[in-house]
Amino acid sequence: MRAIIQALLSLRWLAVWRRNARVWGKLAGPAMLGNIGEPLLYLLALGFGLGALVGEVEGVSYIAFLASGFVCASVMNTASFEGIYSAYTRMAVQETWTAMLYTPLSVADILLGETVWAASKALLSAAFVLLVAGFLGAVDGWLALWVLPVALLTGLAFAAMALVITAISRSYDFFLYYFTLLLTPMLLFSGVFFPLDDMPGLVVQLTALLPLWHAIELVRPLMSGEIPGQIPFHLLVLALYCLLPLWLATRLVSRRLHR
Amino acid sequence: MEPIVQARGLRKCYGELTVVDSIDFAVQPGECFGLLGPNGAGKTTTLKMLLGMVVPDGGELTVLGHPIPAQARHMRQRLGVVAQQDNLDPDFTVVENLRTYADFFGISSHEISARLDSLLTFASLEHKADARIDALSGGMKRRLAMARALVNDPQLVILDEPTTGLDPQARQLIWQRLRTLLQQGRSLILTTHYMDEAQRLCDRLAIMDNGRILDVGTPKALIARHIEPHVVEIHGPGLEAFRHGPHVLRSELIGETLFCYTDSERALVDALCEHPQLSYLSRAADLEDVFLKLTGRELRE
Repeated sequence: MRAIIQALLSLRWLAVWRRNARVWGKLAGPAMLGNIGEPLLYLLALGFGLGALVGEVEGVSYIAFLASGFVCASVMNTASFEGIYSAYTRMAVQETWTAMLYTPLSVADILLGETVWAASKALLSAAFVLLVAGFLGAVDGWLALWVLPVALLTGLAFAAMALVITAISRSYDFFLYYFTLLLTPMLLFSGVFFPLDDMPGLVVQLTALLPLWHAIELVRPLMSGEIPGQIPFHLLVLALYCLLPLWLATRLVSRRLHR
Repeated sequence: MEPIVQARGLRKCYGELTVVDSIDFAVQPGECFGLLGPNGAGKTTTLKMLLGMVVPDGGELTVLGHPIPAQARHMRQRLGVVAQQDNLDPDFTVVENLRTYADFFGISSHEISARLDSLLTFASLEHKADARIDALSGGMKRRLAMARALVNDPQLVILDEPTTGLDPQARQLIWQRLRTLLQQGRSLILTTHYMDEAQRLCDRLAIMDNGRILDVGTPKALIARHIEPHVVEIHGPGLEAFRHGPHVLRSELIGETLFCYTDSERALVDALCEHPQLSYLSRAADLEDVFLKLTGRELRE
């Protein structure tokens, strides 16, 4: 953990972040079109289509309910994909990380740079969903801007978790376990699409152990103009989901590349 | 002068297997030091320990005045590495590769801009500055990897099999560039499978096998120490008769070829002329003879 804190303060990881940002910059056009287009289509179709059947949920229109869930889900997806497919490609296929280790960069520097980069992409996608939601009238007031720091923290958590999976993978196929066994259930049972009130108690309890639910508990009230409850608790859980996986990923990647 | 690299009793084990077995060697400033050995001899592990990528299980190691691995990060600030697999960044052009790599050393954009032209000239890639990596030939990639290893103006450059997989023309150009680096006063450490390459470039070399250094010296000294001055290779029916031919000090039958080691090849060649059914090759002893004598002729796979 000390190595990670030292690496964080040294700011050397910024060079890794800049490397990824430079690559992204080459294809920023299509990337941003996806960032805007996807949530716009989903919110329009599901929000208005399903919303017409559902009416109000927890005191807000269905499209507003869905939009706050979508902000969190897009953070999860963006950070996970970057931390898994892109990072794995850089580690195992392109050997970009190996080349970095010939320079003064350490494994902790590389993983910090990768984590912050994936979280930055996640933050950007959250910002676009928020923008689209605001455009569709699904956001209530400026308190919603507090969603952005929550999205960044959530992005850091999902990026760090993804890097653990990357660190132990031997091929791209392995990632399906992570998506099927963890991310998809999390997406379906954390309250992105519907409230959890009518779910069995066990499902709710399990969900509360996972980061997505905590992000939604913070984001949903903020987007409807309310101050969330238990803010320190939710932030603490998300912070733990950043730090522990990052520490673990650093150990695993060190073991993998330093031999 | 203090050596660039000093290893004493350097050791690395993976489980039961001792990959590097208490080796000692030193690399002097400005020299080209070669590590030769069959596959699995422990060359790559030795290099990785020098880089601080692999932590030794025993012994002392100093590189560029820094104890390794304790101060590997400081040492790498003044080190250049050309890996066996080029691991260039395929998402970037030639120039972007150099700029991005400089960023990893904390070199400012301004500073690297001033040096880009000379790096591109060194790599003979002036005309490819904005080309994508997948548009480069094998030789170009290797030259770019060398230029990339120079962005931090290193004192020591480590190259793992720098010309493996390249055609003869591309190899010649790499050799020229390696000599340029030596003229600039940098020290080089390289591993290679090519004896001609080692003989041409290395001031001194160490022959490794099974994790140990079998001998160290200049190419000439190694040849003089282990092999008779001349080798005559004989092929054809009835070659057995020459096992104890004139002036043959030692001979080996390998497959269908007889290797005769001699201090004077004249008499042997004269005798061979009377046997037109035999083909022969008379040559000076070289590093390959030393290598095969020290490491044996069994195939390593």
